[in-house]
Amino acid sequence: MTGDGVLAQALRYLNDPLSWTAPGGILDLTGQHLVMSVLAALLAAAVALPLGAWLGHAGRGAAVVVALSNTSRALPTLAVILLLATAGLFGDTATVLAAALFAVPVLLVGAYEGVRGADPAARDAARGLGMPGGRVLWQVELPLAVPLLAAGVRTAVVQVVATVPLAALAGGGGLGHVIAFGMGTQRYGQVLAGGLLVAALCLVVDGLLALAQRFAVPRPLRARAAATAAR
Amino acid sequence: MPGNPWFSLEWVRANADVLATRSWQHLLLTLEAVAIAAAVAVPLALLVGRRRRAAGAVVGTASVLYTVPSLALFAVLAPLLGIGRTPVLVGLVVYALLVILRQTLAGLQSVDPAALDAARGLGYGPAQVTLRVQLPAALPAVVSGLRLATVTTVALVTVGVVVGYGGLGQLMFEGFRNNFHRAEITTATLACLLMALVLDTLLWAAGRAATPWLRGRADGGRRAGHGQPARASVRAGTGTDLGADGRGEAA
Repeated sequence: MTGDGVLAQALRYLNDPLSWTAPGGILDLTGQHLVMSVLAALLAAAVALPLGAWLGHAGRGAAVVVALSNTSRALPTLAVILLLATAGLFGDTATVLAAALFAVPVLLVGAYEGVRGADPAARDAARGLGMPGGRVLWQVELPLAVPLLAAGVRTAVVQVVATVPLAALAGGGGLGHVIAFGMGTQRYGQVLAGGLLVAALCLVVDGLLALAQRFAVPRPLRARAAATAAR
Repeated sequence: MPGNPWFSLEWVRANADVLATRSWQHLLLTLEAVAIAAAVAVPLALLVGRRRRAAGAVVGTASVLYTVPSLALFAVLAPLLGIGRTPVLVGLVVYALLVILRQTLAGLQSVDPAALDAARGLGYGPAQVTLRVQLPAALPAVVSGLRLATVTTVALVTVGVVVGYGGLGQLMFEGFRNNFHRAEITTATLACLLMALVLDTLLWAAGRAATPWLRGRADGGRRAGHGQPARASVRAGTGTDLGADGRGEAA
């Protein structure tokens, strides 16, 4: 198992059109990977964004948000996937749920911090104009929260795309399958190729989201967002 | 199927030796990774901290590397370094290094410029300014970086399963393949959480002991607990410096 031999194997695998187009090949697996990622991200967003925005608006629940995000750092993702799998869910379902679970704290923090951090002067002005709470949240706090919200969404989505490969360890699909299959059959060139594919996918998604983040942030807030990102 | 409980004290008792071996592996791997990472990251941060452009380049490279998932990194390293402990250790060092580096740089940037001026005015040379002003001022940030790195490393070790060296993750995976044996997975998970909690508490206590001057401040200890000490101080008082990111990149 010499290094250059493995590299050559990896290149041969990646160069073979059949490894891409065959049923269950790289293209299929990438498709599965993206579908699972989108589902997990939507699921997490549906729960975390409204909750985070509301908690931020009400100024409550900070301790819970902190505790949640700290615990989620210590909890191994693999454990959650395997436990969900043993509870009778298949590899893919378990992974989508687990990935969503770990994305929730990230989105929650983004929404909470964003809304909470809205300029108090703007909030006071809106109240002074007689806006009810709902409109203050919708028309003042949320637009001001966009930089942190967008950053949270980007981090969460990239994290989801990075978590989905673990599905392969619980018998699911996605690009992690290339790695797990390579390990199982001792084709280490394929393991290397799988690692490179997963890494590339994450970097591409992160790059695209960085662009989207730039366009999502209203122009007057961009300077501040850049300052936040640079820290 | 009868008897697939979520937790079983009998199983723990019967498998105490395996549990101990795996936990010990897990612990050693974590400590070794964080120690190596700290030994590299802190001097590197001190070196680039004063050069704005160099710091930007280092942080940029770090966040690109951090975007690569652990599974992919282990998978890339394993065929090159050999299956087993080495690729996992190298991968863990990389991630821990990025976390500590980022926190330390943030801490260094938050040092009061007036304190630096005062030190220079007193005739301190660059080395003295670094050792006697910057480093102590950045110490809470370094500690918070160490804590974050340790906790995430404990969780990340389990992914090492993919290349055959995952400490407690090995138990989880065995339990999964062994007819979905739940008790085995749950026990390993609890052991992981416990290890993270204990290490985190120890580091917190060590950090507190090392920074006696912060103890009088109401939020000194709490501030060190999360992501961004540099910002936290600005927002202190609310008690909710949430950092903006779970994984550390972007924000």
